[in-house]
Amino acid sequence: MEQVLRVEGLKASYGGQEVLHGVNLTVQRGEKVVIMGPSGSGKSTLLKCIVHLIKPKSGRIILDGEDLSDGGVDLKKVRAKTGFVFQQYNLFPHMNVLRNLTLPLEVVKKVPRSEAEARALQLLKAFGLEEFAYKYPLQLSGGQQQRVAIARALIMDPVLLLLDEPTSALDPELRREVLETLVDIAKQGRSMLIVTHELDFAEAAADRILLMDKGVIVEEGEPWELLYRPKSEMARRFLVEIRAVVHHKPKS
Amino acid sequence: MNESFFFIASLLPELVKGLQITLEISLVSFILGLGLAVILLPLRIYAPLPFSTLSRGYVELFRGTPLLVQLLLIYFGLPSLGLKLDAYTACVIAISLNSAAYQSEILRSAVKSIPEMQFLAAESLGFSTLQTYRHVILPQTLRTAIPALVNEMVTLVKESSLASVLGVVELTRRGEYLVAYTFRALEVYVAVALIYLAACTILSQAARGLEKKLRIPGYEKGVV
Ligand SMILES: Nc1ncnc2c1ncn2[C@@H]1O[C@H](COP(=O)(O)OP(=O)(O)OP(=O)(O)O)[C@@H](O)[C@H]1O
Ligand SMILES: [Mg+2]
Repeated sequence: MEQVLRVEGLKASYGGQEVLHGVNLTVQRGEKVVIMGPSGSGKSTLLKCIVHLIKPKSGRIILDGEDLSDGGVDLKKVRAKTGFVFQQYNLFPHMNVLRNLTLPLEVVKKVPRSEAEARALQLLKAFGLEEFAYKYPLQLSGGQQQRVAIARALIMDPVLLLLDEPTSALDPELRREVLETLVDIAKQGRSMLIVTHELDFAEAAADRILLMDKGVIVEEGEPWELLYRPKSEMARRFLVEIRAVVHHKPKS
Repeated sequence: MNESFFFIASLLPELVKGLQITLEISLVSFILGLGLAVILLPLRIYAPLPFSTLSRGYVELFRGTPLLVQLLLIYFGLPSLGLKLDAYTACVIAISLNSAAYQSEILRSAVKSIPEMQFLAAESLGFSTLQTYRHVILPQTLRTAIPALVNEMVTLVKESSLASVLGVVELTRRGEYLVAYTFRALEVYVAVALIYLAACTILSQAARGLEKKLRIPGYEKGVV
């Protein structure tokens, strides 16, 4: 099978402090990979390094056949090929929902305004968000904002969708709508790399789960394996902990 | 008293002509200054060291010297370098350059209030640095800066009275003329002061309206 992402020996640091100590992972085309791990284990740093929002210290990243450590690579083109969804949505608050979706199409992909709008409206409709097209991000609920953010990432038709804890800033009642959207996207066969602690989602949609701790991947496996027959002591303790925390979460 | 009142009222048509020039100088200088500040700002926040030092030096130079000296330098100094400007142009240039320094400082502190994640979000979509500045950072910066920018505009209305020194017949200079042949300095300058006050008050008020109109919808709910 074809790899859409390959990360080899990735190291990253803030100042002098190394926080990723050689991470290896792959994502096959169409594969859904979930990353879990305690706070501070380096999950966000890993995701940002993949599209060079943070510059890695060393290691190789091969994204859709392009080696990013190659000096000649145009990072803007690479980023345009991937979608990034942040924990805090990060929509552009000064433009309406529709413009949030059309701007990247126009600016980055040079799609004409009218075509961009048609595509954006179609996508919003598919997300059940068309009634908010002319509203501004801060007028929406967190869940709605996050779904718009997912739509903004998807409208670029990315080869890989990266999501960093897309539901953890949301109240439990609002998580469900975002998770349902994500499950739908997963079913459509898009390659996804998702940092999340939503066990139901991982079980329903992930092909593989990677468990991170202290800047390395300590264990990986299919959901049934990792969630129910974890090998390491670290994995067992971690799962007990998050099961206790998310106990009250509504079933998706 | 009553007589003074009618005297002041009789001056108004003449003074309003001066006010027009005052507003013209300050508005044009404000807009040119803003344009320059918008160009200086990315140099200051993104550019490599020599450029950011250069734009920083510019700001220090114009904020660290009196506007009057800058005016005199441009009007009386530049001709020795072969550049002869009329008084009006010299004023607009000096005030614009001066205001650009202040406005770029205003924008710089406004840009700090924009969350780092806005830069990251734009970059993650494939925006270049310049596209991020133009579409994401600058529009939000300008909105945040409106109150301070209006303050600067009001300051310019007042500071443009220095143009009178070069003989530009704006509001203050008109007042001087009127004093010269009416010999009633108290009433004339009271009238001049009142007109400045009215102009500045109206500007501030209009700005409040503008600020409301341009406020990011949903912002009242508080930042996420
Ligand atoms: N901007 C930064 N400057 C310095 N250190 C940082 C910075 N961002 C993260 N770190 C450190 O790097 C390590 C990894 O952080 P990271 O945000 O990648 O973890 P995470 O797994 O995403 O955690 P969380 O679950 O809390 O989001 C942590 O020790 C953190 O303190
Ligand atoms: Mg994180």
